[in-house]
Amino acid sequence: MDGHPGAGAEFRIVFDGVHLTRGRRSVFSGLSCGFVRGEITVVLGGSGAGKSTLLRLIGGLIRPDSGSVRIGRRDVARLSQREIFEQREMIGMLFQGGALLDSMTIFENVALPLLEHTDLAPQDVAEEVSRRLAAVGLPGTEELYPRQLSGGMARRAALARAIVTDPEILLCDEPFSGLDPVNVRRIESLLVELNQRLGLTMLVTSHHLESTLRMAGRIVFLTEGVAVYGTPREILASEEPEIVEFLAAEGRAPASELLGDERAEGAP
Amino acid sequence: MNQTDFSQMGPVQKLGHRSIMLAVHLGSVVLFFGQVLRALVMPRYRVRRFVNDCFDAGVLSLPIICLSGLTVGAVLGLQGYYNLARFGAEGSLGAVVGLSLVRELGPVLTALLFTGRAASATAAEIASMVTTEQLDGLRMMSIDPLDFVVSPKLLAMVAVIPLLNALFICFAIFGGYLVGVSYLGLDGGQYISSLEGAVDLENDISGSVLKSVVFGLLVATVATYRGYTSEPTAAGVSAATTSTVVIGSVCVLLSDYVITALWGV
Repeated sequence: MDGHPGAGAEFRIVFDGVHLTRGRRSVFSGLSCGFVRGEITVVLGGSGAGKSTLLRLIGGLIRPDSGSVRIGRRDVARLSQREIFEQREMIGMLFQGGALLDSMTIFENVALPLLEHTDLAPQDVAEEVSRRLAAVGLPGTEELYPRQLSGGMARRAALARAIVTDPEILLCDEPFSGLDPVNVRRIESLLVELNQRLGLTMLVTSHHLESTLRMAGRIVFLTEGVAVYGTPREILASEEPEIVEFLAAEGRAPASELLGDERAEGAP
Repeated sequence: MNQTDFSQMGPVQKLGHRSIMLAVHLGSVVLFFGQVLRALVMPRYRVRRFVNDCFDAGVLSLPIICLSGLTVGAVLGLQGYYNLARFGAEGSLGAVVGLSLVRELGPVLTALLFTGRAASATAAEIASMVTTEQLDGLRMMSIDPLDFVVSPKLLAMVAVIPLLNALFICFAIFGGYLVGVSYLGLDGGQYISSLEGAVDLENDISGSVLKSVVFGLLVATVATYRGYTSEPTAAGVSAATTSTVVIGSVCVLLSDYVITALWGV
């Protein structure tokens, strides 16, 4: 659990000594961690630990008080507004509630990034959108409005929108919260498939331990404004009191046993 | 800036804090307005969204504007008739109704009704987009919500309010006609000709349009600003809506006095 990504891996996103205060509450006090290129990293932590805030820092939606958030060589905290807008074209973000525009149809929602940022002809856009919707298991929903979809379906439509411009980095804010087990599995396998097929660097915030252990290449555990990070095995074996408490609360006492099972199943 | 503990402040400190916050807000409204203007001028032009917003702000306001116009005109007809009759001047009912509507009641009442109907709806819509992260969603797609959401709405509101004002005045003149001519038995030709003789284009009509546009700008800016800067909670949505109606109405009445005093319209 040190600052190195490990053999053959490379950090795509690096947090270095990030301090952030919101109102009177300190969210991060010297947060340092990294996210490996082409891997799924799950960000764990209790509510209020700053999981969503971490994603927002990467997207440049908020800026840290001090410290740096680097994507490659660029420090997001020091970019101008215009540069941040350019930077975001390589980032897709899946918001907790989907954040689909509710005054527009699913087609218009998914087509929006294409219409705004590419010169594709209308029929190419239509083709691309229906291909993406089919890929997330929602063929034929083009003319529906977001309110006509269930929570899981809206989340998948939002995923289609987040990846429609082929971003390099995908940020997923609580993609499993409020979903039934079937939908959790569905979204999870979509994310894993995306990661394997396209080599996306993915950050997923979650407090859903089971799916975390199935999909995570690495885990970042946020606690009291700083991060503990490592492979799932290292996190489960950790002696940090917050992590032990978190795992115990999830009812996963014999951690090593669980890990053994999941690894065997998850390995290709 | 937000979480301020008022309980630990003395009255003087509170007053000072409030004054500073007022200045801060006024400054940020001006900045906000400048950013929206810039987004309006720079390409892409959101014509389709502008047309949709015109429908929401304008067409959906038609029933309340028409009905209120008719009623106000009818009341003006009654009040005007009884008071003019005391001087035997009921023949100039058309002039009284027309002038008071065009110069004052039309723009002000339209703006107040518009604030309650359309501006509050706009503030609530933008605020709920903040709450459901739709604006952040746009930002993450490298789309500026000021350009995509706010500027078409603001422009639409400024564009429709003079039209609604004109419609309100027409319905009110008709309401006055109904009461004065059909009910109280004045001569229809006299009603119209006294109205026509009293209201002139240069002073009265252009003043009416000027007032309407200024009110529209104020109300639309307040509505979009309050929605855009609302807290991302349900309470934030309701606070944005309420304060849009309160601040918007006060702005309309204050600026009405200022315009009337300065330009005499």
